[in-house]
Amino acid sequence: MSGDKVKARTPEEAPADGTEVQETINVSLEKSEEAKLKARYPNLGHKPDMLRKRLQKGQKYFDSGDYNMAKANNKNKQLPTAAAPEKSEITGDHIPTPQDLPPRKPPLVASKLAG
Amino acid sequence: MAAPGGDMQWCFSQVKGAIDDDVAEADIISTVEFNHTGELLATGDKGGRVVIFQQEIENKSLPQFRSEYNVYSTFQSHEPEFDYLKSLEIEEKINKIRWLPQKNAAQFLLSTNDKTIKLWKISERDKRPDGYNLKEDDGRYKDPNSITSLRVPVLIPMDLMVEASPRRVFANAHTYHINSVSVNSDHETYLSADDLRVNLWHLEITDRSFNIVDIKPTNMEELTEVITAAEFHPHQCNTFVYSSSKGIIRLCDMRESALCDRHTKLFEEPEDPSNRSFFSEIISSISDVKFSHSGRYMMTRDYLSVKIWDLNMENRPVETYQVHEYLRSKLCSLYENDCIFDKFECCWNGNDSVVMTGSYNNFFRMFDRSQRRDVMLEASRENSKPMQVLKPRKVCAGGKRKKDEISVDSLDFNKKILHTAWHPQDNIIAVATTNNLYIFQDKVN
Repeated sequence: MSGDKVKARTPEEAPADGTEVQETINVSLEKSEEAKLKARYPNLGHKPDMLRKRLQKGQKYFDSGDYNMAKANNKNKQLPTAAAPEKSEITGDHIPTPQDLPPRKPPLVASKLAG
Repeated sequence: MAAPGGDMQWCFSQVKGAIDDDVAEADIISTVEFNHTGELLATGDKGGRVVIFQQEIENKSLPQFRSEYNVYSTFQSHEPEFDYLKSLEIEEKINKIRWLPQKNAAQFLLSTNDKTIKLWKISERDKRPDGYNLKEDDGRYKDPNSITSLRVPVLIPMDLMVEASPRRVFANAHTYHINSVSVNSDHETYLSADDLRVNLWHLEITDRSFNIVDIKPTNMEELTEVITAAEFHPHQCNTFVYSSSKGIIRLCDMRESALCDRHTKLFEEPEDPSNRSFFSEIISSISDVKFSHSGRYMMTRDYLSVKIWDLNMENRPVETYQVHEYLRSKLCSLYENDCIFDKFECCWNGNDSVVMTGSYNNFFRMFDRSQRRDVMLEASRENSKPMQVLKPRKVCAGGKRKKDEISVDSLDFNKKILHTAWHPQDNIIAVATTNNLYIFQDKVN
C-alpha cells in the first residue's frame, strides 16, 4: 500500500530517545489542553458523574403521554448542525389528551440505502 | 485470496444512500457487517432498519472483475419503545449485527438495540404452489359442489422473494445498554454485553440467560469502570474478552467458574501516573475489541490509537498505531463538543495482515502490519467515479501546510467514520459515513 512507513512501536525495539521525547510531548499537550478546559469550566465534574451520565443515557419523559407528544413533534427531526445532542426536546408544556397523540403507528419509511 | 503484501490500491466501487446533505436521524448508519463468506453485507441504522446487500459476481474471466453489492433484503428490526417503569425511551437504533454461520439454505443474523436482541431468518422463495383443488387462483374458496376432478398441485417458478422473519426475541435481560453481541464458535450460544454485565444465551432459548460477568458495585457511588465491548474467541468456545472504559481488557475462561468475575488474563498497558491528565482515562477507554481470525491476537481501539495484543502477553500491546495523533492538541474542544466520546470500531483483513479503522472528516486509516506501512483515505462523493483510485490523504498538525494537506482546524468533526468492515477473504471493504455506505476494492483484486 502506498503511504509512509508507520512507526509501530514493538517491545523488541529498545525505546529510543525518540519515543520518550514523543511521550513527553504528548503529556505536555494533554496537560495544556487540560489547563484550557479547567480555565473554561472551573467546576468540572468528577469521574463517577461521567460514568453515571453514561449509564442513564436517554431522554427522560414525564410519562408515556409526554413521550408520544414529543415523538409527534419531532417526527421528521433533522440532524442538529452542532455535534452536541438535541437538548431542547419538547416535553411537559401541555397535558396530552388522546386527541393530541399521533395515530398508533406512523408509516414506516424504507431506508434510503435500499433506494 | 489476494496476495499478501504488495502495494494495495483502493478504488471506489459503489456508494449507497442519499446524496443530499439533509440527513434524517433515522438514516444514520449504526453498524456494518459482512457475513462469513462475504457474499452478504448487512447494515443497521438509527431508525431500527436493517438493509442487506448481496454480492453479484460478474464475469470472473474479465481482467478486472468487479463485484457489485445490490439490495437483497430490508426490514424493520426494532421499533422505538417506552420503558414505563423508568419513563425512558428505548431507542430503536441497531447497535450491532452479527451473522450466524450458514447451516442451511436460509441465513440468520442477530440484531440488537439497547435492550433486546432478535434472531432474524432471511430466506429465499422462488417457487409457489399452483393448482389447488379447493381454491381459485386468487385465493377464493370454490364451491365444493363444482369440483368434478382432482389434481395434484405443482410448484412453479416465481420471481425471487426474500423474506425476513424474526425467529427469536431475547428480551428483558439487560438493565443497562447493550453494546456488544458475539456468536460463539460452538454455533449454539452467544453473549450479549451491556455497561455492567455480560450474559450468555443459547440461540434456541429465549426465556433464560446466564449472567457470566457482573461488575456492578453494591454502591453505585463506587462505580469507576464500565464494560465497553465483548467478544468470543474465534476458536475456543470457553474463552471471551471484555474491554472497559479504563483501557483494560479481561480475558475469561468459562470453564473456571460459572460467574467469570475473576479474569483469567488482564491486558493493560502500564502508564506513569505522573503522565496522567484529565483526558488520560477518557481517551484510554476502549471502543472496540476484535480477535484476529487466527485467534492469536486481539485488537483494541481507543480514542487516538489502535493496539494489537498478543494473547500470551498481558503487560503491553505488541503493536500500537496512532490513528490521528494530531487530535491530541485539540482534546479540550473535542471534550466540549462530546467528540471525545465517539466510539470508533476497527477490523482485521482476512489474513490478519492489515487493520482498518475510521476517523473524522470521512477519513479512514489502514495499517499494514507486515509491511509497516499505513495510509489514510477518504470516503467522499467527489472520489466516486467508477474504479477511481483513492488518493492518500494527509493532515497537517500545525505550522506550514503543504499542498494537498488538510489542516487540523478544517477537519469536519461531524463527518465521522465509526463503522467499517472488511470482506472475510477478498480485499473489499465497506465504509460507513454518517448516512452513506461506501464499498471500495483493491485494484489488483
